[in-house]
Amino acid sequence: MSDGIANLSRRAVLMGLGAGTFILAGGLAPRARAEEPSKKYGGDAMPGGVKDDPRLFVAVAADGAVTILCHRAEMGQGVRTSWAMVIADEMDADWAKVTVDQALGDEGRYGNQNTDGSRSMRHHFQALRRIGAAARQMLVQAAATQWGVPVAEVTAEHHTLMHGPSGRRLGYGEVAAAAAALPVPARETLVFKDPARFRYIGRGDVGLVDGFDITTGRATYGIDVRRDGMVYAVVARPPVYGGRVVHYDVDEALKVPGVLKVVVLNAAPPPSGFLPKGGLAVVAENTWAALQGREKLKITWEDGPNASYDSAAYRAELEAAARAPGQVVRDTGDVNGALKTAAKRVTAEYYIPHLAQAPMEPPAAVAQVTGNKCEIWGSTQAPQATRETVAKVLSMPTENVTVHQTLVGGGFGRKSKPDYIAEAALLSRAMDGRPVKLTFTRQDDLHHGFLHTVSVERLEGGLDAKGKPVAWLHRTVAPAISATFSAGVTHEGASELGMGAVNTPWVVPNLRVENPEAVSHTRIGWFRSVSNIPHAFAVQSFVAELAAAAGRDPKDFLLDLIGPPRQINPADMSDSWNYNEDPVAYAYDTGRLRGVVERAAKEAGWGKPLPKGQGRGIAAHRSFASYAAAVVQVTVGAQGKLTIPRVDIAFDCGPVINPDRVRAQLEGAVTQGISLATLGEISFKAGQVQQNNFDSYEVTRIDAAPRDIRIHLMPAATYDAPLGGVGEPGVPPIAPALLNAVFAATGKRIRSLPIRDQLRT
Amino acid sequence: MITFSVNGREQRFEGDPDMPLLWYLRDIQGLTGTKFGCGEALCGACTVHADGAPIRSCQTTLGDLAGMAVTTIEGLSPDGMHPVQVAWRELNVAQCGYCQAGQIMSAAALLKDTPHPTDEDIDSAMGGNICRCATYPRIRAAIKKAAGAVQRKTAGTAPVKAGSATK
Repeated sequence: MSDGIANLSRRAVLMGLGAGTFILAGGLAPRARAEEPSKKYGGDAMPGGVKDDPRLFVAVAADGAVTILCHRAEMGQGVRTSWAMVIADEMDADWAKVTVDQALGDEGRYGNQNTDGSRSMRHHFQALRRIGAAARQMLVQAAATQWGVPVAEVTAEHHTLMHGPSGRRLGYGEVAAAAAALPVPARETLVFKDPARFRYIGRGDVGLVDGFDITTGRATYGIDVRRDGMVYAVVARPPVYGGRVVHYDVDEALKVPGVLKVVVLNAAPPPSGFLPKGGLAVVAENTWAALQGREKLKITWEDGPNASYDSAAYRAELEAAARAPGQVVRDTGDVNGALKTAAKRVTAEYYIPHLAQAPMEPPAAVAQVTGNKCEIWGSTQAPQATRETVAKVLSMPTENVTVHQTLVGGGFGRKSKPDYIAEAALLSRAMDGRPVKLTFTRQDDLHHGFLHTVSVERLEGGLDAKGKPVAWLHRTVAPAISATFSAGVTHEGASELGMGAVNTPWVVPNLRVENPEAVSHTRIGWFRSVSNIPHAFAVQSFVAELAAAAGRDPKDFLLDLIGPPRQINPADMSDSWNYNEDPVAYAYDTGRLRGVVERAAKEAGWGKPLPKGQGRGIAAHRSFASYAAAVVQVTVGAQGKLTIPRVDIAFDCGPVINPDRVRAQLEGAVTQGISLATLGEISFKAGQVQQNNFDSYEVTRIDAAPRDIRIHLMPAATYDAPLGGVGEPGVPPIAPALLNAVFAATGKRIRSLPIRDQLRT
Repeated sequence: MITFSVNGREQRFEGDPDMPLLWYLRDIQGLTGTKFGCGEALCGACTVHADGAPIRSCQTTLGDLAGMAVTTIEGLSPDGMHPVQVAWRELNVAQCGYCQAGQIMSAAALLKDTPHPTDEDIDSAMGGNICRCATYPRIRAAIKKAAGAVQRKTAGTAPVKAGSATK
C-alpha cells in the first residue's frame, strides 16, 4: 500500500473503473458448493470463513491494469506480495501490471481477516487459486464469445488471450468489461494451471510490492496516518493491572504549551480482555507536547490486588505447583510405576519469563468519530475485533465502525489486541470528533502489553538399563491467555496444551502430561509461536538431557524417540485442537519430523568434530502444522562470551508458495528465538513491569545475530498437499537447540531463560 | 528563532527549542518516513543525517540544529535510487519495514565514510539499529552489495561479490 490514507479512495478507484472493469462489488450470485462437512476445519471454521468470489478481490481495467485486494494485515510476512502473486499466477496476469490494494476491515464481506496463527497462506492458498482461475476463465470465455469460437480453442498466457487456430490475440483489458458481465464459474468447473507453468508461485523472484515505499519512507503505518485537524494523545495508565485513578491534578499539565485537554478514561476491571486500562489522556497539538503534559500530571493510583505481583515470588509458586500432581491432560500407561522401576531417572525444571512482543512500531492508531460513526486508521492484526471493541466502547453498532488497515510495523501478536485503538476512539469522541492519533511510547508498550505467559515446565524421565526411555512425565504450569478474557481461568486451554505439551509423538510406553493451576496477575496474550516456545524449550532440552543420561548422541536419541514414520491422529495424543485443522489431512506426521531432523543434521555437518569451546545442538518441533528442526552452533569463549556463528534450519511446511518470504520468516525466527533465549525478560515488582525500554528489555542486534543462517526447505510432492504455517514455526526449536549447543560446548546445562550472564565465569 | 534546513529546504522554527527533531519532522512537517521506536536513542528507527552524519532525531533538539542541514529518508535521493535503497530492494531486505528507513540512513552514512566496510564495521555502525523482524543477514548482505555498486560507480573496479547469508 502506498499510503494508509489511500484506503479512503479505494472504493472510488475500484468502482470508478466502471465499464472497463470486471469483478466488482454488488450482489453476489449464489454459487454451487461442495457439500459441507459436518465439522469445519481450517479457514472454513473461522468466523466469517473464507471467501473466494473473484469479484471481491480482482479488478481489471480497460488498459489491462489489474488491482488485487488483499484482506490480510501486512506485518512483515510479505502477505500482500504472496497473496497477489497466487491470484496473478492462476489468472495468468503479468506481474508488472498488478497493483495491490488493501481491503477495509469487513469480515462479512471478505471473510475472516484475523492475521495471526500462521494462517494467511495455510487457509487461503486454495481459495486464491480459485479466485485466479475463475477470473482467467471469465476472460477466456469473454474472448471466445467475442471471436465466436469454442472456448476450448482460447488460451490465456501472460495477460494475453489467444485463439490458436486463427492466431488472433486480445489483451486482458480489451475483454474486461465483457468478462465482468459473465457469471462466476462454479467451483467444480475451475481448472487450475499446471504447476509447471507457474511464473511466480514457488519461484521466489518477485519483489516486495511495498519495497519501494518502504525504502523511500513513503510506506504508511498506523503511527504515520495524518488527518486534517488531527490532534495527538498519550495516556497515563494505571501502573498495576486492575488499578485505577483515585485523585488527580491536571493544572501543570494544562500549562504546557500545545496541551489542549486532559481526558479521564474509565478502567475496565480485570479480566478486561481487549478493553483499555483507563487512566488520564493528554491531548495536544503534537506528540511532544502531549508527552510533556503527561510528565506534569499528578495522579494518585489505587493499585488493587495485583500490586502483590512479584516475578521472583511467582516463580517460586509455579515451581511449587510443578512439584505436585496436577490436572492430568494426557495419560498413557503407568508413569509412576515406570519411574519407580526405571534404571535411571532424570528430573529437570525449566523456566521462561514473560516476554513482550515489542514491535518496532509501538501500538498507535488514528480515530475519528463523526456522529454515530467512527473511522479508524490503524496497525491492527484484527480488524474485526477492532470494530467490535470500538463499537463496544462507543456504544454504537459494529457496522458503524470503519477500519482502514495500514501497514503494521511489526505485530508478533501484540496488535491482535485493539485496546490502543479503542483509546483513540474514546479520545476522538472526547475531542468532539476531531481526529486523534494515539501513540504508545516504548515504555507504554512494555508496561501495558499483553505479555507472553511465564512458565515452569518440570520433566521427569526414566531410562531402562539399556538407556531406552520408558517413562515421561511433563508438568506444565503457566497462566493462561483465557484468563485475560474470563474470570477464574487457572489452567492452560486446549490450544496452549496442543502447542507441544500434550502432542509429543514419543515412542515411550508410559507418558503423562499434567497441568497444575496458575493464577494470572497480568494481561497474558499471544506472542509469536505462543506456548510452543516454553513447551519446545523444555521438551527439546529434556530430550537432550535424557540422551546425555543415556550416553547417546542427541540427534540419534531424538530420532529413536520420534520412532518410525507414521501418521498420528492428534486426538490420540489428547490434542483435540490441532490448530483447528482436520486431524486426518493434518495428522501428526512423524516421517516429516524425522525428515527435518535428518536434513538439518546433514546440512549442518552434525557429528563433525569442533574445536574446544564450540558445540552444536539440535531441536525439532511441529507447530502450526509445519515441521522445523534447527542445528545451532555456538562458541563459548573467554569469560563465557557466547557467539552463534551459524544456524541451520530445515523446514517442512508442505507446498512453498513464496520461497523468498518463507526464507525471510525463518531468518527472522532464528534471531528472534536467539533474542528471547539470550536476553528476553519482562519481570514484575509490586505489580509493575520493571523494564522501561530497549536498555532494560534487550533484544538481539546485528552484532549478536548469527552471520550464517542456512535455510533448508523440504520439497512438497504437490501443490494440492495441505499447507502448514510459516510465520511462527521457525521460532520454537531455536532456544532449545541453542541451549543444547551450549551444553555440548561447555557441559553446562542452562534451564532458566534468558541466558544473559549465566555463562560468565 | 532557529534556522536549519531539511532536505534542502530552509526551516525557521520559533517554538520550544527543546522539541526533538523527530516530532518536528513527523508531526509538524509531516515527514513520517522517520520513525519513532524508543524515544531514547536506543533503537535507531529515527536515524537521519545532520550535516551528513547519522544522528538519532529523537534525542536531537531543534536547538541543537541551528545552521545545520538535515537529510531524512525522504531526501536521501530524489528518485529512491541511492545504491543502498536499490540494494535493499534487490535483496528484499524488509519484512515489516518499519525500522528500515533508519537502517538505510545508518547504512548510507557508513558507506559514505567507509566505502569498503568489514563485518566488524557493519556491526559497529549498525549496532544501534534494532530490527525486531531480525532482517540482519539481509541488511549485512545489502550493505555489501551497495558497497560494490558504489565502488563500481566511482572507481570502475571489479564488482565485489555480494554475499547472501542464505542458501
